[in-house]
Amino acid sequence: MKVGRYILVLGALCVALVPLTGATFYVQLVSKIMILAIFAMSLDLLIGSAGLVSLGHAAFFGVAGYGIALLSPKYQAASFWWTLPVVLIICATLALIVGLLVVRTSGVYFIMVTLAFGQMLYYLFHDTKFGGGSDGIYLYVRPELSIAGWRPLNLEKPTHFFYFVFAIMLGVYFLLSRIRVSPFGHVLVGLKANEQRMRSLGFPPTPYKLGAFVLAATLTGLAGYLSACQFGFVNPELLSWHYSATVLMMLILGGVARLHGAVVGAFAYVLLQELLASQAIWGGIAKHWQLGMGVLIVLSVLLLPNGLTSLVDRLSWLHFKAN
Amino acid sequence: MIGPPSEFLIQLLNGIQYGLLLFLLASGLSLIFGIMGVLNLAHGSFYMVGAYVAFWLSRELGNMWLAIPVELATVLLIGLILESALFSRLYHRDHLQQVLLSFGLILIFEELRSIFFGDDVHGVPVPPLLRASIPLTDTLSYPVYRLFISGTCLLIAGLMYLVIQQTRVGMMIRAGSTNREMVQSLGINIKLIYRWVFALGLTLAAAAGMIAAPVSSVYPGMGNQILIICFVVVVVGGIGSIKGALISALAIGIVDTLGQVLLPEFSGVAVYLLMAVILLWRPQGLFRVA
Repeated sequence: MKVGRYILVLGALCVALVPLTGATFYVQLVSKIMILAIFAMSLDLLIGSAGLVSLGHAAFFGVAGYGIALLSPKYQAASFWWTLPVVLIICATLALIVGLLVVRTSGVYFIMVTLAFGQMLYYLFHDTKFGGGSDGIYLYVRPELSIAGWRPLNLEKPTHFFYFVFAIMLGVYFLLSRIRVSPFGHVLVGLKANEQRMRSLGFPPTPYKLGAFVLAATLTGLAGYLSACQFGFVNPELLSWHYSATVLMMLILGGVARLHGAVVGAFAYVLLQELLASQAIWGGIAKHWQLGMGVLIVLSVLLLPNGLTSLVDRLSWLHFKAN
Repeated sequence: MIGPPSEFLIQLLNGIQYGLLLFLLASGLSLIFGIMGVLNLAHGSFYMVGAYVAFWLSRELGNMWLAIPVELATVLLIGLILESALFSRLYHRDHLQQVLLSFGLILIFEELRSIFFGDDVHGVPVPPLLRASIPLTDTLSYPVYRLFISGTCLLIAGLMYLVIQQTRVGMMIRAGSTNREMVQSLGINIKLIYRWVFALGLTLAAAAGMIAAPVSSVYPGMGNQILIICFVVVVVGGIGSIKGALISALAIGIVDTLGQVLLPEFSGVAVYLLMAVILLWRPQGLFRVA
């Protein structure tokens, strides 16, 4: 794992240096990727640790986005300090209600049921006027971070927003890596391996699975909050299962059951997407980038089932062998 | 709002027709999963393929009857190729990878649809033979084509039941879903049977898309929309159960259709609420097979 760790630290340093290039486009692109990385990492808690494949977590991402957009006054900045907790509590409560129903199922049922509940929330926002219907709503001003009049960061500035998201991503990374090695995390891994045995050891599956579901949804909500802040716009598409599947793909592309896999996958997926949708390279057919993406997804599932980070593992294995 | 009883009858018939169509799709999905253990999200894409081909044929030829066998044979061939080239490699991997593989296929099909047909909504004319309608009262009547859809679905469902329950191949399929290795060791090529089950399931989906096209019109994302409802049908009915799929498809077809008339704002949600209630009551679905 040593080689991997060096690469990881080096990668984090490179990401931290992106704003120094001064190119706003890349600063914003990498901010978007880091937000998706938070989303992918929180899904990894559910999929990598507990083995629960959710196709409905984009719903929490979208609900959090709608949360901040609806809570903010129209042309004024809302305070970060109260909107974030409120949004996260909404996500957690919603996840608790949905979770109570869905963790009763397992395996392929779980996939279908999470997908169906995600779509239910999608239609709720799509068909009612409550959140602007299918057009969505705007968030004109990003929330402000002020502590008794002092503003350490101005989120309206791309660079400040970048480092803010960077710090949160690192925070989520460390939080989740602690959880993975905690007793709670071990129970989740045990449940994935053999639920029957865990039950006979005295660990009831439901509260643990529910805990993982709610925690993953809350962290997904955090990503949704940041995403709404970045783009200043939310629409029902954020809740759709396509979005969940896309983030799942990032996770697979990077490698499941390793946190850095989620981050690497988010970078790889979005950069690939930018490449495929680049008009400079492909000209007129660039608008059909999804065709290329679909082919790449099929190929990566067939040829690279353990993700890009498994390549590094193989590398460090060789390194170990040489010693 | 539902007023006179005859109008209610029309909506009820529409609900049953929609339910039967859902059954045709969901039973394919459920069979492929129940027998082969493969979760294929691209099932809905074949519904879309069927509908768009129906649109294309009726525009080019003015008559779709002639080309239906050709179209279904083509889908069957695509299904055989997909199974042998892609899905057969994933039988021993977890559902996550099957989900992503079929998600990749969905993107490919949607984009091909966008390249060949554009992103507009198109109507498909009802075939001339079935354009009549049956008068119910002075002002209300019921189109023959919708009855034709219901009839075709029932016919296919009956055939499917006969094949699975009464024939030798059906016996092999049922045995294979219980114990694959045992069937293989008896000298039966179970892989070949699975390949055909997979391809026929997709052909059923395409057939459903074809006959639904004149009623639903064709539009981008139509495959995904119906796929999700099919999931609800399978979850409510219980995986692998044809009987469960039939009952829940009818229930959901009726709830959805009446929901759209009674509570248009929340019609998208009504079906999922039904699913939530069933899940609370029976987490394994109404009729789960083992």
